[in-house]
Amino acid sequence: MSEVKKIATRASYGNALVELGKKHEDVIVLDADLAAATQTGIFKKEFPERHIDCGIAECNMVGIGAGIATTGKVPFVSTFAMFAAGRAFEQVRNSVGYPKLNVKIGATHGGISVGEDGATHQCCEDFALMRSIPGMVVACPSDDIEAKALVEAAYEHKGPVYMRFGRLAVPVINDRPDYKFELGKGIVLREGRDLTIVANGLCVAPALEAAEKLAADGIDAKVINIHTIKPLDEDLIVAAAKETGKIVTVEEHSIIGGLGGAVCECLSEKAPVPVKRIGINDVFGESGPAAALLEKYGLDAEGIYKQIKAFV
Amino acid sequence: MNMEKLELQKIANEVRKGIVTAVHAAKAGHPGGSLSAADLFTYLYFEEMNIDPQNPQKPDRDRFVLSKGHTAPGLYSVLANRGYFPVEDLKTLRHLGSYLQGHPDMKHIPGVDMSSGSLGQGISAAVGMALSAKLSNDSYRVYTLLGDGEIQEGQVWEAAMFAGYRKLDNLVVIVDNNGLQIDGPINEVCSPYPIDKKFEAFNFHVINVADGNDMDQLKAAFDEARATKGMPTAIVMKTVKGKGVSFMENSVGWHGKAPNDEQYAQAMEDLEKAGEALCQK
Repeated sequence: MSEVKKIATRASYGNALVELGKKHEDVIVLDADLAAATQTGIFKKEFPERHIDCGIAECNMVGIGAGIATTGKVPFVSTFAMFAAGRAFEQVRNSVGYPKLNVKIGATHGGISVGEDGATHQCCEDFALMRSIPGMVVACPSDDIEAKALVEAAYEHKGPVYMRFGRLAVPVINDRPDYKFELGKGIVLREGRDLTIVANGLCVAPALEAAEKLAADGIDAKVINIHTIKPLDEDLIVAAAKETGKIVTVEEHSIIGGLGGAVCECLSEKAPVPVKRIGINDVFGESGPAAALLEKYGLDAEGIYKQIKAFV
Repeated sequence: MNMEKLELQKIANEVRKGIVTAVHAAKAGHPGGSLSAADLFTYLYFEEMNIDPQNPQKPDRDRFVLSKGHTAPGLYSVLANRGYFPVEDLKTLRHLGSYLQGHPDMKHIPGVDMSSGSLGQGISAAVGMALSAKLSNDSYRVYTLLGDGEIQEGQVWEAAMFAGYRKLDNLVVIVDNNGLQIDGPINEVCSPYPIDKKFEAFNFHVINVADGNDMDQLKAAFDEARATKGMPTAIVMKTVKGKGVSFMENSVGWHGKAPNDEQYAQAMEDLEKAGEALCQK
């Protein structure tokens, strides 16, 4: 078996910013003393004059980003998801969302796969928070290829975009010629008749694996990658619900208010079918190696498989 | 524009009438802090800033961010008097369907450079604008007005630390030191004093203005700010909350309350008299 290439989407973010910076002079990258961790340090090396370290002051950084955006440049505000969506929530809402400024938020270290740092730094609430802001685009890519495509699409989109990236190296799963990224459009990765698994971020790969395990049991699962949580690809999800009759959502986020919440809101109005939300079950995380945490919280392929088996 | 002091004083008086009229029509709003800064608003928009009411978005314009966004009536009144939109529209302040929102809304109000109102946030946006000018060697200047109560917000000092460190000499932070906040005198709620020394410690050039309702003193301060290189300027100006309306002056109660019809008539009478006195000078 050939070695599967793995890369953390935070690294993809840093690399994508460099490519963007080469093409567009108006790209300004801001960070809050985490350039090594968010990987904007890669951009800083290439374009030191366009990399602004704001120090450990995320609320101010978001405001500075807003001010820069009013002058026509395109700021990428970068820090951990906990601080971008959590600490600076109100700045994002009032200084970016309300005036609909063209600020891109690069939030790394989302979810429990942050690992050893533990619960204080494991943000599992960011989709819910950011999704509640009118006009905000919220996305979480599944691998390196998708993360780079997202950064490019975020630049082209006029208006605020929240992008969640991960710390953990994850397998490259979208390396195929027909891969196409479009904000707000889900991607069908596997066809199936018995149920649909809707996943995003680092849960897409294990969801695909879980689908293979289910197939061995005679359960035929469709798998959709919903990289954009808002705007949600409602047409695709409704069609899948009608086609397969059951939906399972899988995300590295609280089962409250994230992808699962968004899918339930959509289906309860447009195509009510039984839904199982797999994610962080309204608890805080803890310290530990990322892989062990994902296993403990039921987000590895085996955990996803077992929860789906119990559901169907 | 180089207007005469007397002319500026007359305009400031008209701006005050607009404030009182807007808040009265809205039956809500913040007259006290709007009136204390009326002279400042007038000085900025009629004398200091490079702006064009016919072209509110012109790229090289100077920017103003009303960080103490609740004093929107003051900003709106000066914008209207400067020709950005009809003075008559001030009466629609806070009305359902009006573009004159309770707090500044850059999406809908000509001349408003940044939406604001959640205290502590405007200064960061102003710092971002000033930084952006430096990044692309643009010559515009950025002004932001903060309340003296507002500087209790921690974000103000995050922004000040950044601006000082980055030597943003195209930025002027003005603190309207009228001494009162909603719950009482600022030094009895949670004293921010000494304000000047705090900004000095954050590497600002600080100018104390003894009377921020005096045009000569404002002119001296902004001229000094313009001449200051290598560091941002903070202008800490002592003002009278409710300035120009006898019963509102230095009264905590008029921070965020609208005058009733009788009080409105009294306020306008005060301002008419002040206007007549200026005309006889």
